[in-house]
Amino acid sequence: MTRARAVLLVRIALLAGLVALLEALCRLGVIDPLSILPPSEMLGAMIERVASGDLDEGMVQTFSTIAIAYVLAVVLGTAAGALLQKLPRLRAVVDPLLASYYSVPTFIFYPLLVALFALGKTPLVILGMMSATPAVIISTLAGLDGVPPVLLKLARAQRLGRWHTLWWIVLPQALPRLFSGFKLALSYALIGVIAGEFLLSGTGLGYAISFAYQSFDSQAMYGAMLFVLLVAIAANGMLTTWESRIARRRARQ
Amino acid sequence: MSDLALGTAPPPRRRTGGFDSLALLLVCLAVWQAVASWTDGIAVAPPWTTIVYLAGLMGQTSFWGHAGATLTAFLLAFALSAVLGLLLGLVLGAWRFAGEVWEPILAGFYTIPKVTLYPVVLLVAGLGMSAKVAFGVMHGMVPITLLTLAAIRNLSPTLLRTARVLRLPPRQTIVWVLVPACLPEIIAGLRIGFSLSLLGVLIGEMFSSQRGLGFLLVSGMAQHNVPLTTAIVLLIVVMAISANTLMLRYLKTR
Repeated sequence: MTRARAVLLVRIALLAGLVALLEALCRLGVIDPLSILPPSEMLGAMIERVASGDLDEGMVQTFSTIAIAYVLAVVLGTAAGALLQKLPRLRAVVDPLLASYYSVPTFIFYPLLVALFALGKTPLVILGMMSATPAVIISTLAGLDGVPPVLLKLARAQRLGRWHTLWWIVLPQALPRLFSGFKLALSYALIGVIAGEFLLSGTGLGYAISFAYQSFDSQAMYGAMLFVLLVAIAANGMLTTWESRIARRRARQ
Repeated sequence: MSDLALGTAPPPRRRTGGFDSLALLLVCLAVWQAVASWTDGIAVAPPWTTIVYLAGLMGQTSFWGHAGATLTAFLLAFALSAVLGLLLGLVLGAWRFAGEVWEPILAGFYTIPKVTLYPVVLLVAGLGMSAKVAFGVMHGMVPITLLTLAAIRNLSPTLLRTARVLRLPPRQTIVWVLVPACLPEIIAGLRIGFSLSLLGVLIGEMFSSQRGLGFLLVSGMAQHNVPLTTAIVLLIVVMAISANTLMLRYLKTR
């Protein structure tokens, strides 16, 4: 436990040191204040932006888009994964597609999506889904593959119905892997939507950052940027904690 | 690290023949054709038109200027990601304490939307090649570091002990013991780093740039030149999938 605490303390000190170093370099003029704001000013800019309500509309847009894309990705991805696991023949065909899916940068389809659905929420939701769904499919397959056949035999011997087997046997076994997929899917959906907004759109937090960049408003840019990054880190941190709690509970059983 | 192994996906099935791949290809082409016909070609050009357009595009010198810019930026970004990632992974893998300190920081960096940082890269590196390369490295380096780190950490201690018994000098230990033992993970990391540095470079080109395939993609859309956008998408997809397939095949034969 002491070692873990030492690691944690050093990590915190390291991050604090890096922030302090950046602050010092900016204040001393080693880094051009026009290109990077000192961290303290970034924080101030963020608080000011959030408090002034400038970001409200963007937040609503971005978070609702991410939420829709994420829910769709989780539902469709789990369903598709379960279906593929039931149909080994189809799975053999689709396998190469899944294996090389993430080698293609999803963003290159965004211009096509915009042309297809016009600028707005739809292409962003689809871009977010395209980034996140395969991660859910892959982890669903891995989770279902990981259920020991012995347990399924046991379920059959106990004459458990289909839903009972799913609820009492399959789900608890597959949950840790499923959850890693869900966690990854959230960060992929977030990256997809914000990148789409950043590259080409008229609303949202990603757009707020690129608009501020184009109009040389570094206060607004760093404020929005820090906000997005903090939200992303908080979301990922929460899911990671939850994930390790699930894993620990599994280990105890 | 299971997170990063995405796309390594389900176990390979041996009996999958060429027939399956052909069927998959045909289904993809059919879907593509269906989308193109359904939208009357205003969003996506049909497959045959796209291939003809791409062939014509490849006859133009201006196209090769853009393709060359992307290729140069990508190769630089990938090479830098590989070298820096392997070195950092080696150091953090060998120096256990530092590895434990850094790993969650790197993993966190891996999951944040790095696009939001691109303006900073532009402000620091200026418009042009160096910004694209830097952004590619930001994407590609982390997975290579993390997988190398994990590989070295999970290395069987027997191997290192054997090396010590044989009195191998550090350099030979690295070349003859460490690298061969970690090679599968290193290749897996390089495969992810490859895709992500390509992604970084292309995003860089799609945002306020004047050169490269990413720029052509966006300009095709701005000029309502549907065959151009579709042709570039096709080109990138084919290149990325072929490179990935080669690396996957190498991993399978190990």
